[in-house]
Amino acid sequence: MDNEDVVIEVKGLKKSFGENVIINGIDLTVRKGETVVLIGPSGCGKSTLLRCLNGLEPIQEGSVLLHGEPVEYGKRSLYKIRQKIGMVFQDYGLFPHMTVLDNVMLAPLKVQKRAKDEVKKEAMALLERVGLGDKAKSYPSQLSGGQQQRAAIVRSLVVRPDIMLLDEITAALDPEMVHEVLNVVLDLAKNGSTMIIVTHEMAFAEAAANRVILMDGGVIVEENPPEKFFKDPDTERAKRFLSTFSYSR
Amino acid sequence: MDWSFITEYYPLYIESAVLTVTIGGLGIILSVIVGILCAIARYYRIPLLNGIAAAYTELSRNTPLIVQLFFLYFGLPKIGIVFSSETCGVVGLAFLGGGYMSESILSGLLSVRKTHLEAAASLGLNGFQTMTNVILPQAASVATPAVCANVIFLLKETSVFSAVSLADLMYTAKDLIGMYYSTTEALTMLVIAYLIIILPVSIVFTLLERRLHRAGI
Amino acid sequence: MRGYEVLFAGNNFLRLLGGLWVTLRISLISIALSLVLGILLGAAMTVKNKAVKAVCKVYLEIVRIMPQLVWLFIVFFGLTRSTGVNLSGETAAVIVFTIWGAAETGDLVRGAFVSIPKHQYESGLALGLGKAQLYIYVILPQTIRRLTPNIINLSTRMIKTTALVSLIGVTEVLKVGKQIIDANRYDAPDAAVWVYAAIFLMYFVICFPLSVFSKKLADRFK
Repeated sequence: MDNEDVVIEVKGLKKSFGENVIINGIDLTVRKGETVVLIGPSGCGKSTLLRCLNGLEPIQEGSVLLHGEPVEYGKRSLYKIRQKIGMVFQDYGLFPHMTVLDNVMLAPLKVQKRAKDEVKKEAMALLERVGLGDKAKSYPSQLSGGQQQRAAIVRSLVVRPDIMLLDEITAALDPEMVHEVLNVVLDLAKNGSTMIIVTHEMAFAEAAANRVILMDGGVIVEENPPEKFFKDPDTERAKRFLSTFSYSR
Repeated sequence: MDWSFITEYYPLYIESAVLTVTIGGLGIILSVIVGILCAIARYYRIPLLNGIAAAYTELSRNTPLIVQLFFLYFGLPKIGIVFSSETCGVVGLAFLGGGYMSESILSGLLSVRKTHLEAAASLGLNGFQTMTNVILPQAASVATPAVCANVIFLLKETSVFSAVSLADLMYTAKDLIGMYYSTTEALTMLVIAYLIIILPVSIVFTLLERRLHRAGI
Repeated sequence: MRGYEVLFAGNNFLRLLGGLWVTLRISLISIALSLVLGILLGAAMTVKNKAVKAVCKVYLEIVRIMPQLVWLFIVFFGLTRSTGVNLSGETAAVIVFTIWGAAETGDLVRGAFVSIPKHQYESGLALGLGKAQLYIYVILPQTIRRLTPNIINLSTRMIKTTALVSLIGVTEVLKVGKQIIDANRYDAPDAAVWVYAAIFLMYFVICFPLSVFSKKLADRFK
């Protein structure tokens, strides 16, 4: 295997809040171009895992490496590493005092110090691609939830991160807006973006993932390609988890 | 109403109104600066400074300005720290106002949602960039109504300055009442002078708040 | 004699406390009267009648726009002059602080009522509660919860503001302090710093616990 391809590598990660162990020893390797989907019941630690990957949470044991460089909570140099990691949150996190375009251009201009013309061109192109070309000058409060979330995805993309972390990005949306957001993500997955996605949308997981990971109780229970995981899972736990999504009388 | 009295003595009121506004204005500007510094020390929980700022805020907010001024003007000189009346007015108002401003500004800073801080962090913004681009603009619009209310409050508090022998509006009014018994005229001019000072500020602030409210930030 | 010894010499400290009680008494009477009048005023401000609302609003703004000390002067010097009635400083102070306190209390009461969301009324009625029951079990308890911390805050503001009465000739703690300082000006020339620091702390000891208490209540009811 070619090690150059490894984008993020997690080794023996443990994380707890006080007595409460959230992540209890996780190893995970994500390669360039891969889309990994994390699923599992509420409180299984999948969102916390994602936050640890971006250094938003202190960890107790193990390590997170991005291209071999450690991602450590509270370290001064962390903001440099974070430029290579894009993250999209459940509640959008668009800055309310800036237009959509200003939100998108903030990091390239202030952090990466790129030329304004070039950034604006790229930002507009990306906004067009997700169907928000006409909303560039709008403020977040004037947008629907689905539009805000698409704008938030663009804001992360424009930094050209090595990997994107998507944390339940459709959980706060009305059902009819879920589709428009997931279509954008599916498009990214097909075009070879490296992503780790936490979601509850099983149909989307099946369509977008190269690899599906089921977490429960802070550990990885099963890890398989989607065609295997959803048709014929190896573990009883996975079967039980999947059965909670179907209804029968 | 004795109009000749009013025409004779209104220049005294203008003079003392200018003094009130000058000392008050300086004190208010200083109190905003003190407030910002204290709020930042408390927001980032800077060791030692955090504790000092919090203690100062409580001391200044829970004691009357007139007592603070008496301590500054009559107390401190006895241990060799002498202030002029003017300095005393500015320092006293800034001491009182700094505490109120620090509370208002801190709650503005704390109102910025955690998601915005995390979004800024994951975009790679460093602490300073996050403060200037993300926290301050949002905190400013949240804190503005409270800061404006503080300014009006402090403007009204300037009426206590006469207690430390500043020849302000109250001092002038009391002087005229004591000397000439022209109570009605002296008080009428006093009320008009304060209206001229406070009313425009109050109206501007109301309009400003309405605009902020409409912007819906 | 050292400056701080003056504080505890003879019955000096008791005299200071006596002076403090003068202002406290003024505040307590004014707060009590303000509560009664303010609740009535607040109720009047929530009625649908536009004229009543406008009158209340004008009253509130007129009271608020002037410094309290100006009002003290108007009542203490002005009323005496125009009516011929000689008011004591204390009475004038109670009048002013009650007029002011009632206005602020009224606004707080109005704010507390307005802040109760409409669905609280609707779900109360949907449960089949009568109008009186709706208010007794649903609306008033929530209003009082929101109101209490604000009323305590207003009370500390009134206690601090009553310190102004020394400027209309009431012999309160600052005046008593000055008397003590003057009496000891040869024995203990630095007494002033101790006496005024003591008065400063006295106010702090009264107001700080009230602020903490109101903050705690406000946090709990959030």
